Amino acid sequence: MRVGPRRLPVAISDPAALPPAGLPGLNPVWSRLTEVTESGSAGGVTHGWHLLDNGPELDALGVIPVGTILCVHGNPTWSYLWRGLLASATEAAASGAPAWRVIAVDQLDMGFSARTGRFRPLARRVQDLGDLTDALELTGPVITFGHDWGGVVSLGWAVDHPELLAGVMLLNTAVHQPAGDPIPAPLRLALGRGILGPATVATPAFLATTLALAHPPLSAAVKRGYRAPYRTSARRGGIGGFVADIPVAPEHESRAELDRIAEGVRLLASPTLLLWGPRDPIFSDRYLDDLVERMPHARVHRFEGAGHLLAEDADYAAAALLWLGDAVVSAPLEGSVSGSGSASASVSVSVSVEPSETPVSGGLAAWAAAGTHPLWHYLNELQASDDTALVDMQPAPRAVSWRLLSLRVRQIAAGLVHIGVKPGDRVSLLVPPSADLTAVLYACVRIGAVVVVADAGLGLAGLTRAVRGARPDFVVGAAPGLLAARALGWPGRKISVAGFPGPMARLIGVEHTLAELISLGQARLSAGDALPAEPAPSDAAAVLFTSGSTGPAKGVVYTHGQLSAVSRALFLQYGVGVGTGLVAGFAPFALLGPALGARSVTPDMDVTAPKTLTASAVASAVAAIDATVVFLSPAALVNVVATAAALTPADHAALAGVQHFLSAGAPISESLLAQAAALMPEATAHTPYGMTEGLLMADITLDGIRAAAASVAQSEAVPAVARDGESVPAPPNTANLPALDTANPAGGVCVGGSTATTRIRISALDASGASVGDLSEEPDVTGEIVVSAPHVKDHYDRLWLTERGSRRGGIPGERWHRTGDVGHLDSAGRLWVEGRMPHVIVTADGVVTPVGPEQRIETLLDVSRAAFVGVGPLGTQQQVAVLETVPPARRAHRAPEALAAAVRSMVGTPVAAVLVVPGLPTDIRHNSKIDRSRLSRWATGILSGGRWVKP
Amino acid sequence: MRVLVTGASGFLGRAVAARISAAGHEVRTFQRRPSGVPGVEDVHGSITTPADTPYAGLAYAVNGMQAVVHLAAKVSLTGNPADFEAVNVGGTRTVVQAAADAGVVRFVYVSSPSVAHAGRSIMGSDALPAAPGQARGDYARTKARAELLALAADAPEFSVVAVRPHLVWGPGDTQLIDRIVDRARHGRLPLLGHGAALIDTTYVDNAASAIHAALDAAERVHGQSYVITNGEPRPIAELLAGICGAADVPAPAWRVPASAARAAGSLIEAIWRARPGTDEPPMTRFLAEQLSTAHWFDQRRTRADLAWTPEVSLDEGFARLAAHYRPAP
Repeated sequence: MRVGPRRLPVAISDPAALPPAGLPGLNPVWSRLTEVTESGSAGGVTHGWHLLDNGPELDALGVIPVGTILCVHGNPTWSYLWRGLLASATEAAASGAPAWRVIAVDQLDMGFSARTGRFRPLARRVQDLGDLTDALELTGPVITFGHDWGGVVSLGWAVDHPELLAGVMLLNTAVHQPAGDPIPAPLRLALGRGILGPATVATPAFLATTLALAHPPLSAAVKRGYRAPYRTSARRGGIGGFVADIPVAPEHESRAELDRIAEGVRLLASPTLLLWGPRDPIFSDRYLDDLVERMPHARVHRFEGAGHLLAEDADYAAAALLWLGDAVVSAPLEGSVSGSGSASASVSVSVSVEPSETPVSGGLAAWAAAGTHPLWHYLNELQASDDTALVDMQPAPRAVSWRLLSLRVRQIAAGLVHIGVKPGDRVSLLVPPSADLTAVLYACVRIGAVVVVADAGLGLAGLTRAVRGARPDFVVGAAPGLLAARALGWPGRKISVAGFPGPMARLIGVEHTLAELISLGQARLSAGDALPAEPAPSDAAAVLFTSGSTGPAKGVVYTHGQLSAVSRALFLQYGVGVGTGLVAGFAPFALLGPALGARSVTPDMDVTAPKTLTASAVASAVAAIDATVVFLSPAALVNVVATAAALTPADHAALAGVQHFLSAGAPISESLLAQAAALMPEATAHTPYGMTEGLLMADITLDGIRAAAASVAQSEAVPAVARDGESVPAPPNTANLPALDTANPAGGVCVGGSTATTRIRISALDASGASVGDLSEEPDVTGEIVVSAPHVKDHYDRLWLTERGSRRGGIPGERWHRTGDVGHLDSAGRLWVEGRMPHVIVTADGVVTPVGPEQRIETLLDVSRAAFVGVGPLGTQQQVAVLETVPPARRAHRAPEALAAAVRSMVGTPVAAVLVVPGLPTDIRHNSKIDRSRLSRWATGILSGGRWVKP
Repeated sequence: MRVLVTGASGFLGRAVAARISAAGHEVRTFQRRPSGVPGVEDVHGSITTPADTPYAGLAYAVNGMQAVVHLAAKVSLTGNPADFEAVNVGGTRTVVQAAADAGVVRFVYVSSPSVAHAGRSIMGSDALPAAPGQARGDYARTKARAELLALAADAPEFSVVAVRPHLVWGPGDTQLIDRIVDRARHGRLPLLGHGAALIDTTYVDNAASAIHAALDAAERVHGQSYVITNGEPRPIAELLAGICGAADVPAPAWRVPASAARAAGSLIEAIWRARPGTDEPPMTRFLAEQLSTAHWFDQRRTRADLAWTPEVSLDEGFARLAAHYRPAP
């Protein structure tokens, strides 16, 4: 089937022209026309091009560009797409940053370039672009930047101009259409017989459809800008030509050129940035996967929520300029004494190197030297042991020996290899905690597959986003997970842990069952096949997902070395090691029992509803393995305490054997921790401080919490609040004054000292609330909490921009992670958490952190919970308290004067308003993290005179 | 320094004249009635009398002065548009001209935040340029034009600065406080809207000290406009409750939806305009907007440029108001 120009209306010639004046965001000084001779044409055929170029602006600024960004739009847009980059690049140059010249072309037959009257297949378009850059006498370094089919053309140019190329940037695009894979449905529709011409040329339907893909929708004025060059069907010929040029079939005339480019990009060594909008019905994540496979060194950022028109949906220009600064321009001022030297004076073009820890070479020696073992260490060491490795509580308690677990892991590992799982492949695990999950997980990591662990607490929509974003090659699931995967179209080949009847298996797309994998694997092992080489400590091992309580859930990548370091931290902190009985009621730690040589059990509970865990179930689990260590989540703990009355004397006896008990995942009140501790009278109660990106950063015991509270009461030092970028010396407290609640104005929740292998520092806030201070251990200075540990995450998955923002550089060879939490250290080295960075209130008199005022307000008898938020512009924000009261309010209202006065007297700093709500919005998973950003927006509406709505 | 204060018989003008006089300056005042400020020299006259009229009071009053603080204005919610024009625009033009002619070097024009207010909520913005085209009502429109013409006269040897105190109140205020208290006492003070809109106000002593600060800083900050407030926005209902509490009268107990109040305000305004008499209508659209939308400002530039901070907090202001209303023993 040949698709070509014949199905399109007759093309008409028309010269290039300048865009009309007044298109929003388009500076007329950028526009120029240039006449270019078509290469290979007899008699020197020339075509007029319209392009946007900020070169003259840079000349006027008197700056010398460090290079040129060559921007190529797709179909059916035009150079207007890149207006934001032109503006940002010029603005950056004017502010003294390295100057980038941006040239954004209108491809021939598109935008305001000439209508050539001739169908221009891909190869011609790549040559056209080369003809233009020749005519412009463009010299290097050049960074190509393409979108949509313009991405292909720009890559074609990149492949053909290695001597000029210094980097590649792309927005949603594709260079390869897998044979046999259907092309995206919208394009299939547009290519349908009798549809192509009418859809793309005769009517503006294709254009309108594309413009409707923006999130949020484009303004009418911007839409008008995009439509400006395509007002008549005669001017839309190029749109149809582009669609017709999509090589849907191997025989298509552009297929060979596309294949040439697709293979050519494999050889491009230049730094590469892929910016992606996942909500794209055309260029879905599978095309991103293909590009990453071809250019594995590429930096990738997926803008969650953005789509095909990424250039309109997200600040791609800022991301691009930031990346260019990192990857292409090496800053000459760094470490130099010249000081005022022009940044443009010395430019080096280099392949960027992943900033990571010194790579540790593979081999057990390196692991041992680091004090850690590979995750499968004890599965090898104890493979002949008949001691219990783990116990499944469902349907009835069942002990699994190390011997059996070790064998299963090797069988499944061999089975996975047999069905084609390769090192680096991603395997999503949708299996509830169980012996099956443990065996599959260790089998995956043993063969170098990367396990993807997403929590059902994300909710189905969040989980779908997470699993899709993590792009698993395989999904191992129980029935509910696989049904969801089928219904929601999650990617990956499906493996079921349970057997399904044939028709059912086909219905949900199951290729294999776990039982099959085991027998396939056993056959391989029996035949003498060895398992593949062990992955190295620096290889990726797992993708864990954040809770999503602070924005869309983010995938966090851990290497083998880092996961082993998590195990090591658990060993050092809680003594979990060989022979320890561990009740694992908290997911990330639960899975690490075998890596520690510990005997583990997951109590009988619905993991999607932790608050269903009963005290009896915990006691049974403890009894089943003589546990000395118990890990639980705060939500589970509430119900455990509530159901304690049902415990039998035998249950109490079992619980009396527990030595350490830990509540992890979210803050917990001292009283709840104390009630739970009362059930385990011999146990030390702990709550760790950490996050998905760093699981065990600090730890505090119940006694430690009480000691911290006492020290606040006796405090003689007042933590300083950052003001004007400097810390204020603590005023001395009058010795004879009784302990006041205001003795600790910065307040916060004490989370204890750092764990053995962790370093915690504070980066002080400036007057604008930015954490710019040097990493410091100085006590009583409020700032962002920054951590470093061998068990901190490696990087965020395909979130280059987020990753960059989370890193705190400074010390070569050290990895510092910005937690996004704000707090201070005290003179005893304990960490106090004062809130989240985005919740810091920036008033005209300095910054205020929310937790301290909230704690003081919550001491009022008629307040059950408080949120302290800012309203108004940063720098002149007003402080507002939002309360849950006792008894709860039936609807939102302004606090009565007496309550408002009481709140003001507790807080100390000026409070503009006090509002009361029936309930504060919190995260789904823990019902404890208050969404202060949302409350701030809500309060802003109310306090500007808006209607009383629910927060 | 020798300073002329116009409009010193008004609530704020009196406080300003007293403040500047107490600071050791030689103060002369100019208005139709006695200022009642001890230690100042009153000159009686009207700013609507053309300055070149022989023996006009203004020419005499400004003679020999080094600075002028111009507060005299027609402050009212409604009235004859021609009067606003004559007093606020024509009067300011006359005073500016007379001051420049007399060799005055500092000129503080006391304006109003309403000169840049288009009826929407203001939450933490700094002083925007006066915009007569957008201003709501004759008062704001004419004050806006007056501010623009005063600032247009700014020159190296004639430093003009505009200050815009927002909702000045305090003991002895007949314009705002007495009316609120009087209406509340008779149970005729409703809350417009739900009463949560954040409003920033200016305690009278703070307004006076800020104007004094602008006079001191005039040569440094000439040509600029500054909004002046306490920097303590509160929900309007809390402010009314504070005022009523200080006067020991019941706080507003009933409310009128903001939209209804605006519509009613427009209607009442129209009726008042048509009917004879000079009293003020109980509600105007402008007032309804003022009392049901947020009005608070970014004070950083004001405080930094004028090297000024408010001395009297909101709560201290309420306490002083209560002392004022407390029956003498």
